Amino acid sequence: MQELEQAEHGSVRVTPKGNDRVVIEKDLSSEEMILNMGPQHPSTHGVLRLECKTDGEVVVEAEPYLGYLHRCFEKHAEMVDYPGIVPFVDRMDYLAAMNSEFAYCIAVEKLLDVEIPRRVEFLRVIVSELNRIASHLVAIGTYAIDLGAFTPFLFCFRDREHIMNILEWASGARMLYNYIWIGGAAFDFPADMQKRIGEFVDYFRPKALELQKLLTENEIFVKRTRGIGMMPADVAINYGWSGPMLRGSGVEWDLRRNDPYSVYPELDFNVRVPDGSVSDIGDSLSRHLVRAYEMEESLGIIEQCLQMMPEANGFDPRSAIPKKIRPKAGEVYGRAENPRGELGFYIVSDGKSTKPVRCKARSSCFVNLSAMKELSQGQLIPDLVAIIGSIDIVLGEVDR
Amino acid sequence: MNLPNLVPMFMTMNLNSWSDALAGWMPYGLPLGLVIIAAIPLVFIALYALTYGVYGERKISAFMQDRLGPMEVGKWGLLQTLADILKLLQKEDIVNRDADRFLFVIGPGVLFVGSFLAFAVLPFGPAFIGADLNVGLFYAMGIVALEVVGILAAGWGSNNKWALYGAIRSVAQIVSYEIPAAIALLCGAMMAGTLSMQQFNLLQQGEYGFLHFFLFQNPIAWLPFLIYFIASLAETNRAPFDIPEAESELVAGYFTEYSGMKFAVIFLAEYGSMFMVSAIIAVVFLGGWNSPLPNIGTVLLNDWTTGPVWGAFWIVMKGFFFIFIQMWLRWTLPRLRVDQLMYLCWKVLTPFAFIAFVLTAVWEIYMK
Repeated sequence: MQELEQAEHGSVRVTPKGNDRVVIEKDLSSEEMILNMGPQHPSTHGVLRLECKTDGEVVVEAEPYLGYLHRCFEKHAEMVDYPGIVPFVDRMDYLAAMNSEFAYCIAVEKLLDVEIPRRVEFLRVIVSELNRIASHLVAIGTYAIDLGAFTPFLFCFRDREHIMNILEWASGARMLYNYIWIGGAAFDFPADMQKRIGEFVDYFRPKALELQKLLTENEIFVKRTRGIGMMPADVAINYGWSGPMLRGSGVEWDLRRNDPYSVYPELDFNVRVPDGSVSDIGDSLSRHLVRAYEMEESLGIIEQCLQMMPEANGFDPRSAIPKKIRPKAGEVYGRAENPRGELGFYIVSDGKSTKPVRCKARSSCFVNLSAMKELSQGQLIPDLVAIIGSIDIVLGEVDR
Repeated sequence: MNLPNLVPMFMTMNLNSWSDALAGWMPYGLPLGLVIIAAIPLVFIALYALTYGVYGERKISAFMQDRLGPMEVGKWGLLQTLADILKLLQKEDIVNRDADRFLFVIGPGVLFVGSFLAFAVLPFGPAFIGADLNVGLFYAMGIVALEVVGILAAGWGSNNKWALYGAIRSVAQIVSYEIPAAIALLCGAMMAGTLSMQQFNLLQQGEYGFLHFFLFQNPIAWLPFLIYFIASLAETNRAPFDIPEAESELVAGYFTEYSGMKFAVIFLAEYGSMFMVSAIIAVVFLGGWNSPLPNIGTVLLNDWTTGPVWGAFWIVMKGFFFIFIQMWLRWTLPRLRVDQLMYLCWKVLTPFAFIAFVLTAVWEIYMK
C-alpha cells in the first residue's frame, strides 16, 4: 500500500525486470510515459499499433492494438461461393498468397473429397515453395531494416523480384495470384517454366550465401538479436505459436512433416532448428536463422519437384475441378504450413448452398503476435523493434 | 587593367602559376585575386555540402545496393539535389501548434552555425585559412559541440515524444564521444606541439610526401587515428551510431517534425559536419593540404603537386575519402543499440584513448 502511494507521487521507479521496485530520487518526478507506436510507424510492419508504457528507454509494458486493416474476410466468405473466396484469401497474407490459397484449397478439398491430379500437386508445391522463399526474403530484409541495415533489404528485394517474375509467368499476377483453385490450378506452367525455375535456383544459392555473410554473420546484427526476445519452448507452445517462431524455440514442428499434405511425404527435406551454437535457442536470432534455413530447404524441395513432376502432354490443370462446388453438410479444418506458421481454415457447409455457412481463418501471425505483451516486458525500445521484426507479422493476415 | 597578367594562367597546365597569377591580379590596387582564391574553397564547400554530398550519398548507396540511384534530373541525375532544394524551398513552413516556437525555429539555425563556424579554421593551403587561430583545433572541437544545443532545442521544441527521445539520445551520445575524440586529437596535438591548424600542415610538409604525415611518422598514431575516426562517426550521428535519428525506431529522431527549408538546413548541417570531421582527420593525421606523393629521384611528384590550388585539392580529396568511408559503413552495417553504443564509448574507446595518450607522450619524450 505504501509502495502504491509512493508510485503516485512519482518517487518509485520500475526496474527493467519489472518485478522488484527500488526507490530513487525522492524529489525528481519519474513518471512513466505512454508512447504510442504506430499505426503509422516505420517498423510496425503495417498498421500495428503498440501502446508502450516507457520509463526512459525501457518499455515497461507494450499492448498491441489491432484492427486497422480489418476487411471482414470471414463475413465476406459467407457471401460468396467457394471458388470466389480464393481471391479474398490472397489478400490476407499478401506476401505469401500462394501458400494461403493452398491452405484454403486443402480445407475445401477435404470437405469435397476430390482426387487431385498428380501434376497439379507438384505445381502447387513448387509455387508455394517459391512464394515461401519470397516471403522469407521480405521477412529477412525488413528485419535488417529494423536493425538499421538498409543494403540487405534491397538485396532481398532484388532476388524476390525474380520469384515475382516466375510467379507472374505462371499465374499472370505478381502478388495476388488466384492460381491455386479448388480441385486444380488456374493454368499449367508455360513451356520453358521448369528451365526458368531451375535457373533461379542456381542463381539464388550464391545470393543466399552472400546474404548470410552480409547479415547473419555480422557482429553487430548478432549483438542486436542474440538473447533478445527469449521465448522458451513450453511457453511458445502454450501461446499456440507455429512455424518459424516455434522452431526458433527449438521445437521441431512443421506441418509439412507432422501433418503431411499434398506430395510432401515423398519429398526429402529437413526441419532444421537452430542448435544453439550461434544463437540462444528461443531468441530473435534463432527465428531469423530458421527462416534462412527454410529458404535453403525450399530450394531443395523445388529442385526435387522439378525432377519428379509428371510430363505435361496436353495436361489440363482444370480437368478435376468440379462444375458446381456444393459440399455435403459437415465441417472441416484444413491447415497448411505457411511461411509464418500454421494457417488453418475451419469451414462449415450446410449441404445445400454453394457458399460456406462459416469460414474461420486461424491466422498464424495473429497467434504469434499474441505473445507480444510477454515478449516486450522490460525491453529497450530498440529491442522492441527487433522483437516485432522477428515475429514477421503481416497485418493483412492479423486483422483479416 | 592588368588583364595581360592573366594570359599565362590559361596558357599553362601548371596549377601553381595559375593561382600565382590570380593572386597577383590587383585591378585598381585591390587584391581581388586573393579574395577570389579565398572564396573558391568556401563556395566549393558550400556547393559540395549542399548538393554533391547528398548526391554522392545517394549514388554510392545505389551502387552498393544494385540500384542506379537518381537518374532523371540532368545527366546521371546530377541536378537531382538542386531539384530537391527547389522543392524544399517551395514547401510551407510548418510549425506545430503545440511546439515551442522559439526553440523550434532556432534549433536548425544553431545546428547550422555550429557546424559551419568550424570551417573558419580549416586550412585549404598555405595562404587560405579563414582564421589561423593559435587554438584552432580546440576551437574546432568546441564549436562543433555547439550542435548539441541545436539538437536539444529542436528535439525539445518539437513537442514530440519521438523527437525528444532522439534529442536525448543524441546529446548523450555526442557528449560521451567527445571525450575519446578529444583525447585522440590531443595525441595529435602532442605530436605537433601546437594547436594551430596551419602549423599542423606545415609540420607535415616534406619531399617524401605521405611519409611526413603524422600517421606514418609515429607508430602509435594509428591508435588515436582509429579512435578519432570511430568517435567522429558517433559525433556526426552516422551509422552504425545513427541511433539519434534511427528511422526504424524513432521515425526520424530529433527532426521528426521538421519539413521544408528547416529540414534542409538540418540536412546541410549534417553534411557540413561530416566534411568537417573528415577534414580534421586529414589535417591532424594525414597532412592536410600537403601532397601525399613523394619525390622519387628526378621525378619530383611532390613538388609538382604542391601549391595553393593543389593544397585545396588535396585536403578536399582527403575529406572526400573519409566521407566515402563513412557512407560505405553506413550502407553496410546495422545500427548499434543505445547501451552498446555507450559501452563502446566508455569501456572501449575512452580507455584506449588514454593508453594512446600515454604511449604518445612516452614516444614524444623518449623515443623521438
